[in-house]
Amino acid sequence: MEYFLDEQQVTVRDLARRIAEERILPLRAELDEKEEFPWEIIKELADADMFRVFIPEEYEGLGGRCLDLCLVIEELSRACGGIAISYAANALGCLPLIHHGSEEQKKKYLPQVASGSRLTAFALTESTAGSDAGNIKTSATRRDGGYVLNGTKQFITNGGEAEIYTVIAMTDPSKGSRGASALVVEKDTPGFSFGKKEQKVGIRASSTRELVFRNCTVPEENLIGREGSGFIITVRTIDRSRPGVAAQAVGIAQGALEAAVDYARKRVQFGHPISAQQAVQHMLANMATDLEAARALVYAVARNIDSGAKDFAEAAAMAKVFASDMAMRVTLDAVQIFGGAGYMKDYPVEKMMRDAKITQIYEGTNQVLRNAIALDVLKRRAMRE
Amino acid sequence: MNVVVCMKQVPESVTISGVPQGTASVRPQGKMVINPFDMYALEEGIRLKERYGGRVTAISMGPAEAEEALKEAIALGIGEAVLVCDPILEHSDTLATSYVLARCIERLERPDIVICGRQATDGDTGQVAPQLAEQLGLPFLSYVSRIEDISDGRLTAQRLVDEGHQVVQVSLPAVISVVKEINEPRLPSLRGLMQAKKAEIPRWTAPDLGLDVSKVGLDGSPTRVVNVFVPQRSQQGQMLEGSPESQVDQLLEKLRDAKVI
Repeated sequence: MEYFLDEQQVTVRDLARRIAEERILPLRAELDEKEEFPWEIIKELADADMFRVFIPEEYEGLGGRCLDLCLVIEELSRACGGIAISYAANALGCLPLIHHGSEEQKKKYLPQVASGSRLTAFALTESTAGSDAGNIKTSATRRDGGYVLNGTKQFITNGGEAEIYTVIAMTDPSKGSRGASALVVEKDTPGFSFGKKEQKVGIRASSTRELVFRNCTVPEENLIGREGSGFIITVRTIDRSRPGVAAQAVGIAQGALEAAVDYARKRVQFGHPISAQQAVQHMLANMATDLEAARALVYAVARNIDSGAKDFAEAAAMAKVFASDMAMRVTLDAVQIFGGAGYMKDYPVEKMMRDAKITQIYEGTNQVLRNAIALDVLKRRAMRE
Repeated sequence: MNVVVCMKQVPESVTISGVPQGTASVRPQGKMVINPFDMYALEEGIRLKERYGGRVTAISMGPAEAEEALKEAIALGIGEAVLVCDPILEHSDTLATSYVLARCIERLERPDIVICGRQATDGDTGQVAPQLAEQLGLPFLSYVSRIEDISDGRLTAQRLVDEGHQVVQVSLPAVISVVKEINEPRLPSLRGLMQAKKAEIPRWTAPDLGLDVSKVGLDGSPTRVVNVFVPQRSQQGQMLEGSPESQVDQLLEKLRDAKVI
């Protein structure tokens, strides 16, 4: 379908597709198998200016539009969801800086991210705090013109590989979620180390690791926004990054649909390709329809954000829920169309099925997002009474 | 360091729909791309600029559409580009082409190194680079697989030869042709692509270069394409007959005769 992308968006999409096809496709199975961080591809993406896409022009970026970023994530995900998230997590990691950071912080960090010379990560989740983000235990205690961090972050994408971390920690535990603050912590800060590297079902090329803070001191100027604004920064950051996860889901599903179509045309049973079977045709039709509907929603939400809209949280949640559930269905059906071959690692669709699963879970489970959407739906009705 | 890279546009081999038959040098239909071997020349030129500073210029002789290829070179990181474009240059053979490219290079700031791909995938002659060196009166190194060092006005390079590698030194300026073993060409960058879209490629005509028209085009070309044809494939398969045992015996005999066992 024609989505009326502008010239820059077409350029961004086409180059991302080229990188995916020429550089990622030959490597994806090996990186998935070895759970290896895709440094070679990250370097390619940096050289191609892909890290500039999500950074504003003033800081050596290419504008920082949400739709441009979604196009890159979608194209990379079409080849490998794990590599795509290693890239996308950088956008997540510096969103707090872009929207809430001081001029000095932006000048210091954003050009480094734009050039791809330093990776970033966002650190919120802990063993006791996922969807319940207010329940984080990592503390940041003010001392001698700085903050001393103690605690452990869990499941952090790009953990260990990134050099710039935006960490949510409690500066005043007595205030609950209003006592949280966002801080920049750089790799190699004394007292900051990395714990367990997770072994995952999918997106295995990406790194997911614990961050361990033991009396880790950062200077006062590393505080993003003001003390106590950590929770609101978190909510706004994830609202903005959700279309990216939705785009990842769209890309994974696109890859699965293409693989399923190719296979259905090639696979002969009872003397005909299975694509001649109406049962298979209807599966393909449903996959393609669901996929296009999800893409249309994701692009619409991204454009809404780029237009400067303030109130997009609900739409962003809808895009993430709809696209990720779609990706799970489409990849399961792709495996089904492949039959026995689909269950084998020699074929690409089982990986897509494994990769799709996480999109229903991270950046807010689809259940907690449905709670939020329902709340908005009901609130709107109640306000009319 | 001042580097000039010579390049041309060729039909992408996977998209060619058929080889035109006959005597005229008609271009086959297909998507036009940068000659794959020239991609290595462009990459090496960009790497030399990154390593030694200076400038790198891509030049091409071809129809107006070749501007697209030069823009692609700019997207990769080539600083400047020039297209030599004039209807009278059509049907130039390798000698005429090398004459035109030499006059073009003489109009540019004197290069230290001129880099060409080993050959083009359309004509496949591999003649333009050595002829160009001759036209410019410069030393020539063919099949360069690695540039080892450039210092004191000398270039040390590895050449790919049948028996292995040869390490040679040449005084600069010089013309070199490169093989695919020399590097892995990069992809363009977004900023490069955006710059390329805006770039205006200067177009030089035969009068601009003060060309002797008797040395270009069909009339200036000592070689002629007499015929273009698809070679006949000869298959010399043989069917063995008889019982399986006697077929095995026959096969073994033939293999012994052919001295493969």
